[in-house]
Amino acid sequence: MAGFPIRGGVHPEERKLTSDITIMRVPTPGRLILPLKQHIGAPAKPCRVPGEIVYKGALVARGQGNVSAHIHAPCSGYVEDIIDWPAPHPSGLPTKAMVVINDGREIREDVSVPVNPFYLRPEVIAERVAQSGVVGLGGATFPAAVKLTLGQSHRTPVLIINGCECEPYLTCDDRLMQERTQDVMGGISILAQALNGPETIIAIEENKPEAIRLMHKAAEKFGNIRVMPVPTRYPMGSEKQLIEFITGRQVPAGKLSADIGVMLHNIATAYAVNRAVREGKPLTTRIVTVAGEAIVRPGNYEIPLGMLISDLLEFCGLKEDPARIVMGGPMMGQAIPHAGIPVTKGCNGVLAMSAAEVARRVEHPCIRCGTCVDACPMGLSPLTMARLLMRDKLDAAVDIGLKDCILCGSCSFACPSGIPLAHYFNYGKGELVSRAQQKQKDDEIKRLILGRQVRMERQEKEREEAMARRKAEIAARKAAQAAAEQADKPMEVA
Amino acid sequence: MIIPPSSPHIAGPNSVQTVMLMVLLALLPGTMSGIYQFGWPALFLFLITSASAVAFEATCLKIAGKPVSFFCMDLSALVTGWLLAMTLPPWAPWWIGVLGSFCAIVIGKHVFGGLGQNLFNPAMLARTILLVSFPLEMTTWIAPRPFGTPQSLDVSAGWSITANGIPNLDAVSSASVLGHVRTEIGMGHQLPDILVSMYDPVASAVGSISGSLGETSAVLFLLGGLFLMAKKIISWHIPVALLGSVAVLAAIFHLIDPLRYGDPLFHLLSGGLMLGAFFIATDPVTSPVSSMGKIVFGAGCGLLLFIIRNWGGYPEGMAFAVLLMNAATPLIDHYIKPRIYGHEGSAIGRYFRQLKRG
Amino acid sequence: MLEGIFTLTILGLSLGLFLGLAARYLKVGADPIVEDITAMLPGSNCGQCGFAGCGQAAEAVAGGTASLDMCPPGGKSLVESLAARLGVDWDFSNSTASEPSVAFVEEATCIGCARCFKACPTDAIVGAPKQIHAVLNSACNGCRLCVDVCPTECLQMIEVQTTLENWRWHKPLPQLAQLRPVLARAQAA
Repeated sequence: MAGFPIRGGVHPEERKLTSDITIMRVPTPGRLILPLKQHIGAPAKPCRVPGEIVYKGALVARGQGNVSAHIHAPCSGYVEDIIDWPAPHPSGLPTKAMVVINDGREIREDVSVPVNPFYLRPEVIAERVAQSGVVGLGGATFPAAVKLTLGQSHRTPVLIINGCECEPYLTCDDRLMQERTQDVMGGISILAQALNGPETIIAIEENKPEAIRLMHKAAEKFGNIRVMPVPTRYPMGSEKQLIEFITGRQVPAGKLSADIGVMLHNIATAYAVNRAVREGKPLTTRIVTVAGEAIVRPGNYEIPLGMLISDLLEFCGLKEDPARIVMGGPMMGQAIPHAGIPVTKGCNGVLAMSAAEVARRVEHPCIRCGTCVDACPMGLSPLTMARLLMRDKLDAAVDIGLKDCILCGSCSFACPSGIPLAHYFNYGKGELVSRAQQKQKDDEIKRLILGRQVRMERQEKEREEAMARRKAEIAARKAAQAAAEQADKPMEVA
Repeated sequence: MIIPPSSPHIAGPNSVQTVMLMVLLALLPGTMSGIYQFGWPALFLFLITSASAVAFEATCLKIAGKPVSFFCMDLSALVTGWLLAMTLPPWAPWWIGVLGSFCAIVIGKHVFGGLGQNLFNPAMLARTILLVSFPLEMTTWIAPRPFGTPQSLDVSAGWSITANGIPNLDAVSSASVLGHVRTEIGMGHQLPDILVSMYDPVASAVGSISGSLGETSAVLFLLGGLFLMAKKIISWHIPVALLGSVAVLAAIFHLIDPLRYGDPLFHLLSGGLMLGAFFIATDPVTSPVSSMGKIVFGAGCGLLLFIIRNWGGYPEGMAFAVLLMNAATPLIDHYIKPRIYGHEGSAIGRYFRQLKRG
Repeated sequence: MLEGIFTLTILGLSLGLFLGLAARYLKVGADPIVEDITAMLPGSNCGQCGFAGCGQAAEAVAGGTASLDMCPPGGKSLVESLAARLGVDWDFSNSTASEPSVAFVEEATCIGCARCFKACPTDAIVGAPKQIHAVLNSACNGCRLCVDVCPTECLQMIEVQTTLENWRWHKPLPQLAQLRPVLARAQAA
């Protein structure tokens, strides 16, 4: 079945040099740093105190509130401390993290394994996924269980499994589909079960023929699961674009895919769901593509969460000091300021890029060529938006679609003038958040000021009343005294 | 702490410099053929115009306090000078080239703020200024005198023409096809009779006709344009819309009155249409940014060109057509935008989407 | 002659009548701009703008005698909304608006005199007499009123710290500013 055409997009050089390298397990280092916020939503709350012994897979931090995720220990050992540690973020600002010391004994926490996941009710599957701390592993890190519950509350006739992996360099999903086909397929069927058996489509880009073949073979057993090869074009793996390609429908602006009855999950998420539900194993490792010209042994590695990137780079070997270290793919991944940052749930790639490899182009004036307009998958006019943001015309930029930008970076990639368009949109979106926060604070402060004024007036009134009472009392007393005195000395008056 | 740059961390193959380089490469065959046809004076004029354009660019950058070598390296001034040279009569005197470059680079580009800021195509602006200021020099065409033929001039005679002008005008001048047709139609003659002695499609295609350097070999400029399309430097929208609208209009009017209006092939091969469609109307700075906008722009250029050619005051209207549409570009960009994903869009767009979905 | 005088008189009278009627019937009501601006201002009457209170500052802004960035507690977002309300173009590049700041109590020198939390218009300072006070950052709008009343100078204004929650991508440098260091490096090499 041919898909519905999507707009725009670019064809970056694929550089998927690790697509033939078998997944390799990386030994757990002596110390793991587990940030308490590895997902979208509220940070998890530690439920172990420093010094407490933990086993592999033990719950160490509990998700808080509606949107959050549990965090489990990837090794056996003990909790050393809860500290501030540089976050996996371009700023490298500190975030709360739990330090777990590995004792190397690999003692597993007891797990209860269900007999057959297909005897489980959808809500129970979602609950098990939540217990295992699974989040969207394609990079979005939205808690998977919350998404499943959302899909259950909406009518969800279509489940799309995203195996596009449209980012250059990355091959971890490709390898996962090739090497652990049955496990991935198992996870997909569990996800389908959790959504009451929707039509399930596994989308894989055409540049992964072996994965397509294997997944197709594995899907034959299932009646309502099929594989759909999709054209190799960035950003085909973006949720909105993939939904349009497969269903021909667009997610209306400001709505969720669930609102049009479509749910999207990543291949790696499906694999993690399989482990969580069928084997009862929480999410403590993930597969990461380590690549880039500065790496001696690039490949696909199964890495315990919390391992520092510096340890990982040491394990894979560095040819040279990398010019840039990127978490994720080269198009949407975040560059990090230094390697002392842990691998977290959403990290699907670690790229150590050489100076020659990174785009370091000197910016030229915009020549209005319209390449960015053609490249934008969302139908925006990046050049106009950037021009407005240069002059801080935030409202005007929102009017022409700043909020619709998905920050895919296609415009920056294609721009012959090397204008950092995506950076401008990052800036603009950040300003929007700042503005909303400031507005909230302003309103709160106004409320406080008003509250205080009301209180002051009341106090003033009370004081006045009290004063008046006192005056009255004094007057009364004086009058009484005068009366008494009069009574005492009647003679004198007379 | 130093914040690392925002994503994306890789960039596509094109830069402003490579884009301009590709344009120059695509212009090269047509230019060579034109210079071959008209000999040394054409080469001198071409060199003077291009070099003075770069010199004016450097001067303007210096005055504006911008880094000179960095901006000269983007080759945009060379492209402008080159394109201007393509539109001048090949035996025009040197000062036409220098003055033209001045108009293009200083008035047409840097007065607006430099690369990317100008509203009008600098080369076309310069050509128009020259045409209305020096009508004699700008309409003196000569018959081709290819290198190696007995009529061709030697180096010193060629230089003398560029430096001092043409000594005996009447002996060498030869009207261009469009100019000749315009005069003869005005005198009440019928088109087929006029064309018999004047027009040969093969000569027009390969370029052995009188005209400016860029009006000679339609085929070579077409090939250059196709090369740019293949390299994704220009999109198909403007050239196809422009050539298409000219062809369709020509076909309609030719059917109505073949004695007065030329056939589509005649229009496509004559004048600077190929150069204009592929190299001038597609100037990114002065054309719309969206695909739909480009189609409107191209079709508008074609319509204006056809009107000027047939009923206007000048035999060829590429420069005027492009300049008029340049002025409309901001308006086109304002009203014709792609539909944003997930938004409803216009009523017309909704209708077409429904049609497509069936 | 007479004709001309007559025509012009009639013309003058009718136009005058027209303008008079227009002035009466097309009258634009008083612009509630001062009230609008007062509503936008923080309302803490801190006086950092140089006016006695937010009301006077609003009048000055509406009258064009005060700059839009006169209010430090309001910050950038206030400038934006003022510019939008007044329909003026505001260039942030040469704005002198300072970074947002909040009050901070140095515990070592605080004597618990309680003057600060009486002065605080937003109840952002908590504590009781004879006890060390602390500032609720989320409720402090940086009006500095507490700093002025503190007898021991233990209250200071500090810049709001950058955290993961309020970190934002900076604006890319303009093209020429980006270019200068690159060219300088190239020249040095």
